[in-house]
Amino acid sequence: MTELIFFINQVVISGAVLGCIYALGAVGITLVFGILRFAHFAHSELMTSGAFFAFLLAGAFAAWGITAPIPMGFVVLPIAMVISAIFALGIDKGFYAPLRKRGAKPVTLLIASIGVTLMVQGLIRLFFGAGSYSFFETETKDVFRVDLSAFGSTRPLVITEPQLLMIVVTALSVIALHLFLTRSRLGKAMRAMADNADLAQVSGINTALVVRVTWIIAGALGCMAGTMLALDVTLKPDLAFNIIIPIFAAAIVGGLGQAYGAIAGGLLIGFAESLAVFNWTMVLRPLNAILPEWLQLPATLAFVPTEYKLTVAFVILVVTLLVRPTGIFKGASS
Amino acid sequence: MALIELKHVVGGYGGAPILNGVNIAIEPHDIGVIVGPNGAGKSTTLKAIFGLLKVTGGTIEFGGENVANSLPDRLVPKGLSFVPQEKNVFTSMSVEENLEMGAFTRKDDFRATMAWVYEMFPVLAEKRRQPAGELSGGQRQMVAMGRALMSKPRLLMLDEPSAGLSPRYVIEIFETIVRVNKEGVGILMVEQNARQALAFASKGFVLASGQNRFTGTGPELIADPEVAKSFLGG
Amino acid sequence: MIQRSLTLFAGLFALILVIGWVMGLPFTSSRLVEAAAYALIALGLNLQWGYGGLFNFGIMGFLMVGGFAVTFISYPVNPQFWGADGPWLLGRALLAFFAGALLVLAARQSHRAGITGKWKTVLTVIAWFVAYCIYRSQIDPAAAYIESDAGGKWVGGLGAHPVLGWLFGGVLAAAIAYFVGKISLGLRTDYLAIATIGISEIIRALIKNMDWLTRGTLTVSPIPWPVPLPDAYAGGGQPALLLARGGFLLLAIAVLAIAILLISRAYAGPWGRMMRAIRDNHIASASMGKNVTARQLEIFVFGSVLMGIGGAMLVSFVQIFDPSSYQPINHTFLIWVMVIVGGAGNNWGAVFGAVLIWLIWVISEPLAKAVFDVVSYWSSTAGWGAIPDIEARSAQMRVFVLGLVITIALRFAPKGLIPEVVRREG
Ligand SMILES: Nc1ncnc2c1ncn2[C@@H]1O[C@H](COP(=O)(O)OP(=O)(O)OP(=O)(O)O)[C@@H](O)[C@H]1O
Ligand SMILES: [Mg+2]
Repeated sequence: MTELIFFINQVVISGAVLGCIYALGAVGITLVFGILRFAHFAHSELMTSGAFFAFLLAGAFAAWGITAPIPMGFVVLPIAMVISAIFALGIDKGFYAPLRKRGAKPVTLLIASIGVTLMVQGLIRLFFGAGSYSFFETETKDVFRVDLSAFGSTRPLVITEPQLLMIVVTALSVIALHLFLTRSRLGKAMRAMADNADLAQVSGINTALVVRVTWIIAGALGCMAGTMLALDVTLKPDLAFNIIIPIFAAAIVGGLGQAYGAIAGGLLIGFAESLAVFNWTMVLRPLNAILPEWLQLPATLAFVPTEYKLTVAFVILVVTLLVRPTGIFKGASS
Repeated sequence: MALIELKHVVGGYGGAPILNGVNIAIEPHDIGVIVGPNGAGKSTTLKAIFGLLKVTGGTIEFGGENVANSLPDRLVPKGLSFVPQEKNVFTSMSVEENLEMGAFTRKDDFRATMAWVYEMFPVLAEKRRQPAGELSGGQRQMVAMGRALMSKPRLLMLDEPSAGLSPRYVIEIFETIVRVNKEGVGILMVEQNARQALAFASKGFVLASGQNRFTGTGPELIADPEVAKSFLGG
Repeated sequence: MIQRSLTLFAGLFALILVIGWVMGLPFTSSRLVEAAAYALIALGLNLQWGYGGLFNFGIMGFLMVGGFAVTFISYPVNPQFWGADGPWLLGRALLAFFAGALLVLAARQSHRAGITGKWKTVLTVIAWFVAYCIYRSQIDPAAAYIESDAGGKWVGGLGAHPVLGWLFGGVLAAAIAYFVGKISLGLRTDYLAIATIGISEIIRALIKNMDWLTRGTLTVSPIPWPVPLPDAYAGGGQPALLLARGGFLLLAIAVLAIAILLISRAYAGPWGRMMRAIRDNHIASASMGKNVTARQLEIFVFGSVLMGIGGAMLVSFVQIFDPSSYQPINHTFLIWVMVIVGGAGNNWGAVFGAVLIWLIWVISEPLAKAVFDVVSYWSSTAGWGAIPDIEARSAQMRVFVLGLVITIALRFAPKGLIPEVVRREG
């Protein structure tokens, strides 16, 4: 039992948390790809800047003496998401829309998104330096320890308050997104445009509006993912830049352009990463008693060493691209 | 007053013009059919009306208003609908969602229109929850037409509605078009099954190299020996 | 066209003179040597992207491979490693590697034994897993042993001439590019971009963590120069420094010149004609029966060779191989900006872009600092207080400047400053 709880703490919870962040990031990437047909690298900067917006707001709220029972990061999240959505719209208007108007190829937009990445990152570093910040400098990070000794476990189940909230908020967002895409007129129009942009235009769908909505969702969800990541670890200027490839991996594994695929892909990559570095000796140690001398378990028995954790996502990405570039779920091949 | 009138329309895709003065006039009760050899500019004419390419000369009047170079999201609310030649359904969306997309520009309740479309194409009512990509070619054509009708157009433009259909389906689709026309929707269509289509056309246009060659009623054009010889294969 | 290029190069020369005057000769000479190496790397990308239309976002990986190669070849031999059990253990790991490879190959051929479909897939996956475990079971103890004091801490170098190291950098990069290209060139552009980033990150993780082979984050230095070092010149001081760097610069320019010559000749000939046909009209040339994938693989490998050599040159010059100093921004995107701004498809454009962007990159920090100092002076005299952390902030400015340059270029000069000369094919 102790071993099982250890496994849950190490793999299930951390995998779910990571998976939520990847999923929220990947949804934005996949929607932008579906509508605008280019790989938007600067999504990482939407995430990072979103986290910084939330950080500034949280600081301001704290300074105004506002307190809340949940971490301030979550309280300010809705406002930060609105700001991020506006920011994403501004980036599109300033940098991508002019290129689209010129009829530039997707590759040009991809390169432009690299330029945007560098600019936003440069600006963030200009204002905040290269150091790291924490949402929990003044408030404490609550940790829930569920005592499971009744079930014969010597270890408690450990989850931090932000982690718990993160999983709940992600689940709610995914449901909201699902309802939006399947029930609302605009959501359906978005799916229509991702399916067949020419026909969407011919149907009279206001494609410019759909593009705006896409950026709003991408910006808002990016901000959510970035803030959550910053709440779970620390906030730094290359916060999301470092995980943009795992996020792309999630989007590609799920099939680029497929919102549900992105969520599944995000969770898959998140769990795969935590599972790959999991030290099996911790769980299998009881076996040492029955194993012969020469077959004793080593101190660490992980599928890959911890320092290669991020590499797991890259390997999954490369393998997916080679074996099934359209994603492991039924993906559009275009 | 004509529902739509094209006068000396010139336009193309950015290079040399493809249309070099096309003239078309359709009354509200008309079924207009455009025929002509491959590459004559038939599809291009419909796209030009629908603002999908640049019109550099001439006028396009719809309901008395010059609509040249207006985009679809302005034309559809005015009562113009278009069924493209290919890729004319949203394959990943259900039949019903396809129809809803046709009604995107409408702010009013469109359930009555949807019922009307289902009545016209009973098969679609049966398959309303199925993704359009899983339908047969003929059924897809119906979805495409249904989608275009959802905006309650005054003029429905169709690009080769019978392409790739078996002869029985061709007849069926033409009958449906006539029925739609009887309900008060003007029709302007491009057809390769020229003889069959011209037979019920109240206006026929023979296009070649982006220009009108012959204009008349459908039966007149069929009867014209020159048209028959050069464009209807003898 | 020619006149425009000449004017631009003259302007660049003037910029170099100004930098030399303001920042001093030691600074400028270093930057010029680096610029020459970057020009070579940019030529490599120009081959791949400008000529071949192939997207490579994994330049960093090839630079690291080149850097590792020159370190391995030119660093002095480590007798401790060779005297202990390390080589023997590594040999076993190598055997394990081949055994694993054999296993995987066998599984992939299992359809000959009548195993097909799903079962073959299952078998292949199991084979990969077993092969991985076999390899790990041998390499892990070997690595641990070598990294210990008894094993000599790491394998050390071979003590050969650095130029050999550069060549080996090219060869190693070619080998890796061959595999990367083989598996990923069929992908469409954005997937290729992401795949190459992924692969370069895997390379980075490996080089950074294989301490027994590369010393990882512990870094290796001093790596010898291919030309005499400053202390070899009598007198010492600044003249000796400049003479030594001058020698390095000459060597680098010679390599660059050879590369340009070879590329231009190949590109003017039938091979180049075929490449252009493939890039500009993928489908048509495929239907013409030309083996598109093979040609693309060729150009991907050639481009990567230049990147490997360039990466090796950079490491030779700074004399230290530090895997943690490699960043996608500095080592992949920077090169892209060079080629885009210079002019994709034009060798002179790539060289021009490389030198210009490298100079902008290195002077934006001191320039930003100067600007901040001035602003700070004004703001403090105006009573608003000085700008805090000017040093740290100016260091970050160059990332912003780089992004600004690329967005401006895409917007206003999408073909670059010295655009491709469109040839009429006869
Ligand atoms: N998107 C486009 N861009 C550039 N030129 C085009 C485009 N579409 C069509 N053309 C050119 O315009 C001309 C007319 O094409 P159009 O599609 O109107 O022919 P069509 O009469 O509909 O022929 P078909 O019977 O084969 O459908 C052709 O020469 C074609 O090459
Ligand atoms: Mg046509």
